[in-house]
Amino acid sequence: MRDQRWWTWHIAASAVILVFLGLHMVVMHLEAIIGIFNPHGGHPIEWANVVERAKSAFFMVTYIVLLGAALFHGLYGLRNMLFELNPGSGAKKGLNLLFVVGGLALFVIGAWAAYAGYQVAITQSAAAAAL
Amino acid sequence: MAATTTPSQVIFRIRRFDPVTDAEPHWEEFRLAYTAGMTVLDGLRKIKETASPTLAWRSSCRMGVCGSCGMFVNGRPRLACNTQITELDTNLVYVAPLPNFKTVRDLVPDLMPMFDAHAALHPNVIRQDEREQYAPTGEFFQSVHEVEQYLQFSYCIKCGCCMAACPTYATDPTYSGPMPLTQAHRYNADTRDEGFKTRKPELAGARGPWRCHFAGECSRVCPKGVDPAKAIQLMKRQMVLDYLHLWRHGCGAKPMGKPTDAKRREGIPDAPPATIANAPRI
Repeated sequence: MRDQRWWTWHIAASAVILVFLGLHMVVMHLEAIIGIFNPHGGHPIEWANVVERAKSAFFMVTYIVLLGAALFHGLYGLRNMLFELNPGSGAKKGLNLLFVVGGLALFVIGAWAAYAGYQVAITQSAAAAAL
Repeated sequence: MAATTTPSQVIFRIRRFDPVTDAEPHWEEFRLAYTAGMTVLDGLRKIKETASPTLAWRSSCRMGVCGSCGMFVNGRPRLACNTQITELDTNLVYVAPLPNFKTVRDLVPDLMPMFDAHAALHPNVIRQDEREQYAPTGEFFQSVHEVEQYLQFSYCIKCGCCMAACPTYATDPTYSGPMPLTQAHRYNADTRDEGFKTRKPELAGARGPWRCHFAGECSRVCPKGVDPAKAIQLMKRQMVLDYLHLWRHGCGAKPMGKPTDAKRREGIPDAPPATIANAPRI
């Protein structure tokens, strides 16, 4: 039963990645056509554009959702590849634990970075407005 | 594929292994005169009759129906009875037992793991109304479309060629494999069947269709033209939709009533009496 559930989430995560990675490509590579995500003009990774996106709660949420989906999709895929080498049951349990703990740790660090970036951008934006 | 030339002599290189006397398998070479229409199985029979009476393999029907003579011929799992020498485009024929199975002796693979996985998936029609199943009051109705959902998968002869070609099964013997999964799908897709819940614990677990990478080798080598890779992908879709409670499980095809206005044509005798004492009579 467990693999049916995990496979379904694996497929769902791929759909999330498709949408949000598509958004990332639009933001980063179609700035000349769709400029709304880069309001200060120039390159999408110029500081002013990065701050503009970082202070958007929408982008913060998309970063966290994309991070979660990519981590689950990638780690589950890697787990499947390693399991096909037919390790013993102890090694399988160890790998499961490693992927769950490692995945959660990476997710917490990444989500914290996205939230901290959001806070910094808001604070900086408020300070700039006060001046 | 049609050969461009007909060989006058065929060289068989056969992998031999006798667990009583051999520590490792070895290759033996035999030379035969080519005869028109010669198959790999014909060659093996000739070798057994004239050169090596101890050569062992499995075969039965000689017409691609029983699925006994699956072998690894020139790098590909095939039925020996169904493979003409001219198909191979060479007069050098390498014959080995099917890979991914242990070898019992010479060209005889141990197919029990495959049949154990097959049996674990309940490859038979399961109905809630057992009385109707074993003492039917009429034929179960199926439309042409419903028959097409499983028909091609029912052509499987369990020869094991797909299992021998599967790259996942090669490294992970705990995987159910293409043949058992295809047969599970064959019954899940059959509207007469109501056994999905019985098969689900095995299908939804680690041995289920999730291990399939869709390499498609099973479909490429199948001597009966069955498409196991397609069955496994359809099964994945069904399992995902089942998890999301979006799959509509049928309630089993209902028996059709007997025709009331049909008349027996003249000259057609009545059915003979039952030969088994407790056989149900319709």
